[in-house]
Amino acid sequence: MKPRRVMTAGLIAGGMLIGGFVQAGTPSASMLANTCFGCHGPGGNSNGPATPTLAGASAEYFEEVMEAYQSGDRRATIMDRIAKGYTKEEIKLLAGYFSKQKFVPAKGQKFDPKKAKKGAKLHDKYCEKCHADGGSSPEDDSGILAGQWRPYLKYTLDDILAGKSEMPKKMMKKLKKLHKKKGDAGIEALLNYYASKQ
Amino acid sequence: MSQFTRRNFLKVTGAAAAATTALGYSTFAIGGASKKVVIVGGGIGGVTAAKYIKMMDKSIDVTLIEANKDYYTCFMSNEVLGGERSIDSIHFGYSGLAKHGVKVVHDWVTGIDAGKRVVKTKGGKSFGYDRCIVSPGIDFRWDTIEGYDAKVAEKIPHAWKAGSQTVTLRKQLEAMKNGGTVIIAPPPNPFRCPPGPYERASLIAAYLKKHKPKSKIIILDPKDKFSKFGLFTEAWKRHYGYGTGNSMIEWVSGSKGGKIESVDPATMTVQADVEAFKGDVLNIIPAQKAGKIAFDAGLTNDKGWCPIDGKTFESTMHKNIHVIGDASVASPLPKSGYAANSEAKVCAAAVVALLNGDKAPQPSWVNTCYSIVHPGEGISVAMVYAYKDGKIVKVKGSGGLTPSKFDAEMRAREEQYAHSWFRNITADVFG
Repeated sequence: MKPRRVMTAGLIAGGMLIGGFVQAGTPSASMLANTCFGCHGPGGNSNGPATPTLAGASAEYFEEVMEAYQSGDRRATIMDRIAKGYTKEEIKLLAGYFSKQKFVPAKGQKFDPKKAKKGAKLHDKYCEKCHADGGSSPEDDSGILAGQWRPYLKYTLDDILAGKSEMPKKMMKKLKKLHKKKGDAGIEALLNYYASKQ
Repeated sequence: MSQFTRRNFLKVTGAAAAATTALGYSTFAIGGASKKVVIVGGGIGGVTAAKYIKMMDKSIDVTLIEANKDYYTCFMSNEVLGGERSIDSIHFGYSGLAKHGVKVVHDWVTGIDAGKRVVKTKGGKSFGYDRCIVSPGIDFRWDTIEGYDAKVAEKIPHAWKAGSQTVTLRKQLEAMKNGGTVIIAPPPNPFRCPPGPYERASLIAAYLKKHKPKSKIIILDPKDKFSKFGLFTEAWKRHYGYGTGNSMIEWVSGSKGGKIESVDPATMTVQADVEAFKGDVLNIIPAQKAGKIAFDAGLTNDKGWCPIDGKTFESTMHKNIHVIGDASVASPLPKSGYAANSEAKVCAAAVVALLNGDKAPQPSWVNTCYSIVHPGEGISVAMVYAYKDGKIVKVKGSGGLTPSKFDAEMRAREEQYAHSWFRNITADVFG
């Protein structure tokens, strides 16, 4: 899968060059990204226990999430307030920056191996189509799930299931189906699986 | 990329020539010559600046001078007071900086000669620089409360610089009888960490309620309002009956006689505007000003803080010296750890650009400040800042407080994010 990932990154960088006319007075990508590290960790790799890692996220995914925070489509504690501080152009710069950083899986997260095994199967059935490579790939502009901080994933899934965050229709459908069939234990199994990917 | 215009070039080379003449040797860096930065103060601002300069340009020679070998973060020290966290968990050292190639010198800076560009230490050493970054933190105005000075503070701690006094205050709380009174006296504005005294009251109250439920906390405040006022008082109402006659926490505002005038350590009595209060544990946090070296180096204004240029954090009092963190006048940026970290990165980028003959880049800042109002409950204030028309400004529409309506689930999440904040900012600074 590696070469494909590199190609995607190349296309993003190319797109940035073509569409990336940066206005005078706009801070550089690293200047903007530097302000995120205090909460999201150096280079965007979070030390947890809850705040998500941004490193390695696809640029398009990052932009979508920031815009959803701005509009209120995605439930937030604090990111709604922070996202509103950035222009479309600045979000693009941030997205480009974090997409080029290497994702480091969260270390030391507790998980139940039995549940993780069950979660792996559920992932394959319900999630793998978009969250490829066992949830570790940012391709298809999906969030990286494997090795992401568990509380953050839990909050996100809880909010979707409670109808408090909007998500792509495809994802809503799959997640609701999984929840209906397997209940909270199914979600719990998924979270154990992603936490096991260290 | 480069802003290196012919006019700039002439200006820069002119300055370099001047520097060479004045000093007899060239410390000014241009085209491969040495580029020296000396950083005074190893707190959040100083350490962040040192690390980021090295990360941005390895060729710059960076020396950080700090008196202490151990650093205790002020943030989360209130959890130590509440017994939720150990003092070791807020302890950090300087080995991370060495790994980035920063020279760390443990010595006390006694003066900065802005003309000769030399930093002098108590140990008798001199450090020449091309640019100096001063991150001195705060000092106390000992003349504002009669009977309270640095010596008394060893027994009646301010605990506003985390470390041994944090431990002392915790021990006093542990030793206090059930039914005792804790007096907290916050300082007047401006001061380090505006929500800090009230987070402190919250976490001490949580400890007392669990272990010494007959005890009381009286906050004697010179102010009529404080940071995150609505959110703190809402939590106090829910947990401690705040506002009723039976509240564990009582807050006496400035207009109700909260301003304190003197402390009598022998009787553990605090004389406030209207009446005297006797306590079993006293926590007096005096009025503040910039750290001592800022005064010694002539970097302070008549209010005791350091005016700076918002784009570079270069002092408006002395060229080639930058001031960051709590000591600087960077309003609307607050005096917080996160702001110091953010200012340090902006300053580092400016210093690197200037040393390379470039123009300082367009800055961007964030402040994210969490408070724990009860174990398991966090609140926050955040803001994005930009540089516009020569000023640091809040980005319109951004930032603000945790929503005032209580939501247990969201407050629990914010506590988890607050603890993540702690782990990530300390990794960003000391890692």
